[in-house]
This record gives sequence, C-alpha cells and structure tokens, in this order.
Amino acid sequence: MNAFVDPAGMAGHSGMTKGEVLLRVDNVSLAFGGVKAITNISFDIVKGEVRAIIGPNGAGKTSMLNVINGFYHPQEGTITWRGKVRRKMKPYEAASNGIARTFQNVALFKGMTTLDNIMTGRGLKMHKNFLWQCLHWGPALREENEHRRKVEEIIDFLEIQAIRKTPVGRLPYGLQKRVELARALAMEPELLLLDEPMAGMNLEEKEDMSRFILDVNQQFGTTIALIEHDMGVVMDLSDRVVVLDYGRKIADGPPEEVQSNQDVIDAYLGVPHEN
Amino acid sequence: MLYREAGQFKTTYQADQGIFPIAQDRYVVWAFLAVAFLVVPFFVNDYWTNAVLLPLLIYGMAALGLNILVGYCGQISLGTGGFMAVGAYASYKLMTSFPEMSMIVVVLLSGGMTAAVGVMFGLPSLRIKGFYLAVATLAAQFFLVWLFNKFGWFYNYSATGQISAPERELFGVVLTGASAQTWVKYLFCLTFLTVFALIAKNLVRGRLGRNWMAIRDMDIAAELIGVRPLMTKLSAFAVSSFYIGMAGSLLFTIYLGAVEVGEVFGINVSFLVLFMVIIGGLGSIVGSFMGAAFLVLLPIFLKNFMVDGLGLMPVMAKHVEILLMGLLIIFFLIVEPHGLARLWQIAKEKLRMWPFPY
Amino acid sequence: MSFLVETILSGLMAGVMYSLVALGFVLIFKASGIFNFAQGVMCLFAALTFAGIIEKTSLPWPIAFMLTVGVMVAVAWAVERFVLRHLVNQEPIILFMATIGLAYVLEGIGDIVWGSDVKVLDIGLPSGASDFMLDQFNIYIEKLEVFAALIAAVLVGFLAIFFQKTRIGRALRAVADDHQAALSVGISLQTIWVIVWSVAGFVALVAGTLWGTKSGVQFSLSLIALKALPVLILGGFTSIPGAIVGGLIIGVGEKLAEIYVGPMVGGAIENWFAYMLALAFLLVRPQGLFGERIIERV
Repeated sequence: MNAFVDPAGMAGHSGMTKGEVLLRVDNVSLAFGGVKAITNISFDIVKGEVRAIIGPNGAGKTSMLNVINGFYHPQEGTITWRGKVRRKMKPYEAASNGIARTFQNVALFKGMTTLDNIMTGRGLKMHKNFLWQCLHWGPALREENEHRRKVEEIIDFLEIQAIRKTPVGRLPYGLQKRVELARALAMEPELLLLDEPMAGMNLEEKEDMSRFILDVNQQFGTTIALIEHDMGVVMDLSDRVVVLDYGRKIADGPPEEVQSNQDVIDAYLGVPHEN
Repeated sequence: MLYREAGQFKTTYQADQGIFPIAQDRYVVWAFLAVAFLVVPFFVNDYWTNAVLLPLLIYGMAALGLNILVGYCGQISLGTGGFMAVGAYASYKLMTSFPEMSMIVVVLLSGGMTAAVGVMFGLPSLRIKGFYLAVATLAAQFFLVWLFNKFGWFYNYSATGQISAPERELFGVVLTGASAQTWVKYLFCLTFLTVFALIAKNLVRGRLGRNWMAIRDMDIAAELIGVRPLMTKLSAFAVSSFYIGMAGSLLFTIYLGAVEVGEVFGINVSFLVLFMVIIGGLGSIVGSFMGAAFLVLLPIFLKNFMVDGLGLMPVMAKHVEILLMGLLIIFFLIVEPHGLARLWQIAKEKLRMWPFPY
Repeated sequence: MSFLVETILSGLMAGVMYSLVALGFVLIFKASGIFNFAQGVMCLFAALTFAGIIEKTSLPWPIAFMLTVGVMVAVAWAVERFVLRHLVNQEPIILFMATIGLAYVLEGIGDIVWGSDVKVLDIGLPSGASDFMLDQFNIYIEKLEVFAALIAAVLVGFLAIFFQKTRIGRALRAVADDHQAALSVGISLQTIWVIVWSVAGFVALVAGTLWGTKSGVQFSLSLIALKALPVLILGGFTSIPGAIVGGLIIGVGEKLAEIYVGPMVGGAIENWFAYMLALAFLLVRPQGLFGERIIERV
C-alpha cells in the first residue's frame, strides 16, 4: 500500500534522524502596520513528531504557519531549518525545501480534477523541459506516467479512488479536505503543516482524518505541525503542544502537562487579560 | 447507441491520459482531419476559402493562444490586436530582409518575436491582477499600434504606410502574393493550426498546464506548493503570444496580403478574439475553434440575411448587425456562460446515455 | 512660465473631464463588482439622445435633459431586468464581456434611432476663452473647461452626501462589500443595481453633454472611455476620490508629455502615454493611489 515510501529516495529530505531539531523558531515577531500578530515566540519542531499549535481564535496560529512556510516575513527573529538559519525566502522555495501545507479554508484548484490537483503537487519533482512537454512523448510521457503511479498510490492510501476524475469544486467539504491532504502528501514533504485539518467535519470524518494523519506520521516518518481546535483530537494525536494567546506563547510541552497549565485554562475559559 | 464507452478498458496510465479516451471520438476526429486535409482542398472555391475557411483557421489560432492565457492561466489580456500586429510586422521585416527564408521559418520566428514582446508586457502581471492587468495590457495594444504607425523602419518607409507581402513559394508552389491559389493558403494554415493545436493540448495536460491552472484557480496556494508564479505567468504570456503572433503573421502574409496596422489590428480585434474565447469556452482547446467559427460565421450570416433576405440598406444593416451581435453575445453569456464547449460536452454526455434518459 | 502654468491648468481641466467618465465606472464597480465597459458608450448614447430630442422636437433643453434622464433610468432598468438578473454569481469576466455586448447594443440602438451623423449639442454652455484669466494673468483657459470643473465638483459633492448620509447610500456600501451578506439583511440587490446604473447613467449624461458640447456628438465620443481607464487603474476601481485625483494626474501628465516628451519620439503619444504612466505607477504601488495596503491571507 505504501510502497512509494522510500525515505532515502525522497528528494528534499535531509536524512536527519528522529529526534533531531528539524525547525526552530527564535524570538519571532510579526506585525501588520500597528497590529501585532505574533510577539517574540520561540519553539522548535523535532524530526518525526506531531506538534500541535493551539490557542483561541486570533491567537496567531495561522500567522505562525505562514511565517514557517515563507508566506509572511517576520520583522524580528530567526528561523532555523535543518540546522541552518534561513534567510528570507519565497513560499515556493520553502516548498522545494520540503515544507508542505494544507489550509484552513480549503485552497484547492477548483477548476481541476482531483487527479490534476494531486499531480500539481508533484510538479517540483518533474524536470522534463518545455520542448519535451510540447511533444508529450518519450521522456516526458515516461515521467508523466511515473508520477501518475505515485499519485495513484496516494489516492489508494487516502481512499479517494472514486473521485479521481471529478472536478474538486463539486466535492463535499470533507472530501475536499482529504484531496488537499493528498496534494500536500504528493510533495513528499519532510515537514507537513496542517491548518485545522478537521474543521467543519463530522465525528466519522474526524476519525478518518486522525487515522490518516497518524499513518502519515508513523509510516512515512513525516514530521507534522498541526493547528486544531478539537482538544480531544489534539491530546490524542500530538506528541508536544505549544499554546498561543494574543500572539504570545503561554505554554509548551506534552499534552498532559499543557492541559493542566493554569495559564492555558485561563486563556480558554476567559480570565481578564493583563497587558 | 453507437456512442458508448462500455467495454473500452484502459490498461495503462498512458491510455487513460489520452487526448480522446473514448474510441468513437478518435474515429470522428481522424475522419474530420482526413476530410479537412484530403477532400476539402479539391472542392473549395475562392469565396468559401476567403470568407470562411481562412479567417476561421487564423482566428482559431489567435483564439487558441488567448485561451491559453485567459482560460488556462487566468490572466485577462486586451492586447491581442497589438500582439498580432507584432507577428505581422515581424513577418514583413523577415520576408523583405531575408528573401530566401522559408515561409515556415518566417511564421515560426514571427511567433517567437511576439513571444518576447508578450513576456515584456506580461511582467506587470506579477504585481497586478484581474481587471487592473486587463487595463494594463491595453497599454500594449495602443503602444504597439502607435509604434508600427510611427516609425518608417517597420514598414520600410513605404509611401502608404502599409505593408504588403511579397510573393513567396513553398515546395515549388506559390504561397503568398496575388497569384497564390486559395487551396495552397488553406492547406498551409490548416497544417499550422493542426500541429499547434496538438502542441497546445500536450502542454495543457502536462506539468506546465497544471501549473497554469493552479495559478488561475488559486495563486497563493499554488505558490505554497512550489509553483513559481513569475515563471508560470510569463510562460503563459510567452506561449500565448507565440500563437497570437503566428496568427498575426498568417493573417498578414497568407490571408490579407496587405495591412494597415490601425485598421486590421485595432482594439476591436482584441475584443473579437476575447469574445471567441469566452463564447467558445474558457479553458477548452476545441472551444477556441468553436468560438472562432461562431464569430466568423455570424456576421456573414447576419449580413446575407438582412441585405439579401430582407432588403435592408447596407448602412442600416450595419447598425442592426452591431445591435444583433451585442444581443446575441449577451444571450449566449446568459444561456451558457461556460461557452459552446460546455454545450458540446453536455450533448456528448446525453449521447452516451441515449436512448435512455439516465 | 505662463506657458507651463497654462499647460498644467488645461491638463487639470482635461483631467476633470476624464474623471467624470471614470466616476461612472467607479460607481458601478463599487456596487456590483462589474467592470462596465459600456460606460463610454453610455456617455455617447446619453448625449445622442439628448441632442436627438432637442433636434427632433425643439423642446427647451431642460425638458429634453429630464427626458434623457428618464431614458437613462429606463436603460438602467432594462440592463438589470434583462442582463444582470440572469448573470448573478457569474465570474467577473463573464459580466465584463456582457457589458461589451451591452456597448454594442447601445451603439446599435443609438445609431438606428438617431442616425450616425455628427450632431451639434448647443445648450448655451459657456464657450470661448475666459476673459478674466486672460486679462489678469495672461493665461488662456476655455470657459467650458472651468464650467466642467465646477459641475464635477458639484457632482462629487452630491455623490459623497448620497453615499455617506442616505439610507440608500448605506445599502449601496453594504452591497459593495458583500452581495450575500447584504441580501441576508434584506437589501434588494435588484433595486440597488437599478439605482446605481441610473446614477451612472446620469453621470454619463453629464459627461456626454460636456464632451459633446466640446467636440460634437459622434461615435468617437464612446472612445473617451478608453481615456478613463488609466485613470481607473491609477485611482483604483472603487475609490471616488481616486477617480478625481487620478483624472487630474493623467490630464496633467498627458499634456506635459505631449509637449515635452512627444517631440522626442515623433508625437501622437496621447493614445498610450496615460496607460504607461498608470502602469509605471502601479508597479511601484500596486494598490493604487488610495487603496489600502493589501495583506494577503490564506
């Protein structure tokens, strides 16, 4: 089923071993004009773990993901990726460095079929030049077929065979989320960022999605950082949790520890905020 | 009942990704091409070639090019007329500077030069989007027309300011100029269009095409999964302009023979080709041809109907024609905003089920 | 020195005329997100109707003016009833193409009803040079242009009050923000669209009358829409002050360029210079003159 998982062969993989720090964020601050979205946040993500980022709405979680994959550029602080301090980079550079993500509001290519959406995720691994693509023959055709095979494996893995040729705009929400995960997986990322992968799903869909996330983590060894509001899911899935509130970090640690942290309880239950 | 796909099983990914996965479609297309190449040239008369076939082929090429940019990559352009002018003037300069050059090379090089110009005017697309970009491409339209009018070098300082195509042969047959026979022109344009339609189809079903569509559907998400926006958009501008440049070149060298830039490549042409793309169907290769056919045939039909059929004065008929064109365009947009290609698709789906309703 | 001042002043005045056309675009784009390419033809159509009514019936011009306003309201109603209503929720480009179709229709009707020969529109607007400016400062300015500037100022003031202070204005702003949300609080989209297109038709009539008085009512009048487009990208499609300031900048820039840049490249640059100016500006500031800085979100 997952014959395509060949960690050594995965382009963009650093060959780091489990437990090493894959990504570290140091003293990062981000502001839009006068509005501070993130203030002086530091945490790390180690290879092979499931890292949850939680916090009330507006705490800066999505902004944090946007900083990690290069969509926003923080005014202060550094980001260390695979042991090297990262310079200001464009999102597509982050993508080619092995960071993939899904989105809070499904960001699929609505006019394309499921298959084409996932194939787009393979784009970075395809190298045949323009002229071969014009001919769609010989090496270019072989390359297409090779990647189609990998995509089919992902389709099997996520159990979305039936909607292969359906334009994604016509799919129900839960399936769209799954196609989005498939597209991210097609990139064979080293770090997978999931922005509320279970938002708006029913219980059954949540269970399915949780199982897929754990499978991805355990079978492919993909490091995962996820944002999620369902605390049950977070506590079950994640190895470590970082809690944000009003753009600041208020707790960081294993789920049980965070759960009993007084600041976290206050943030969620609403104790007057002191500045 | 003849149109069924039951029993046709795909055993390779290649077969599944084919241009016409259904066998009956393939037979029809082959038959269609055979007629177009082997039968039509022997039977066409001058009127049909000049009034219908050549404009259809040439505007089909232009619509195909614009559809790549607008339909596949989602960047609206109103500079088509200007880019066609680049193709035409490039051909003129090439033909007069290098008399020995084969017409095939001339047309291809004209396309290449237009692609370069297109990339230049596509640069703003990185920073501006949607209608802002559309208006910005008008800059190309007006600037290019002005340029070709203003500087004598482009029209070899001819007294009229016109450019006219000298006579050239291809494989020993006269292709351009007054003595060229219409079937030669027809075959030349048809061959170009067939080859480049195939290339366009190959591109849009490959990696580049998927990247174009990704940018069209959601540019931010595309960038986050590793599509480089600048390269992708510029490649769409380049390919699109290449096709449009070839169309301009064919229009001038093969079809019209003599051209005055403001008349032939004005902003009306930009709108005309955009209409072809929209009415034919955004993001559909075959739709481009349907749109071109529709808008080439419609005015002829309206004119014949009103002047010969109803006996209207030509001037009045012109006014009514404008009015009816407008009404028909609005009518079409309301009935099927996804264009003729979608109607065609629905018809085929119905046919697959026929005679059963489901 | 006075030549430069003269140039700038006449540029400002020409800019006001562009602004008036751009204003019509902005109104419709703001309220419906439709890029109304027919705005230029609406100017032509309004001026044609106005001139045609005066010519055929020899009514006094204020009555003819009111009749024309009525015609423009009827056009607005027809556009909503027969076009927009059927295209709700379509892609912006489809709506854009529909307005080009509309431009053809209006042009066809105008020509069929009123004929396509050039019409003179003379309703006694001031014309000729302004003696006052000529005597006092030795500067040549057309009276008509000064008058146009005054009209524009009144019109903008009127629109500002309309948008900010009235109930309809508030509904308009709500619709501009979000169609569905506006519907959900009980605003009738159809009514709003008829009102907006009527107002845009009125603005078109004013602009058409001024331009028509200046250079005769003929087909080329519809091409002034093309002049107004750079104003739009400069000022932003949704900003009324943007349309005004953008118009002034384009007007002045164009006049200056004609005199100082034109001779260097062989002249006749007025067709594209405005576009290049707007384009260059956009590359530096993609959100336009008065736009908020765009923060992209995912």
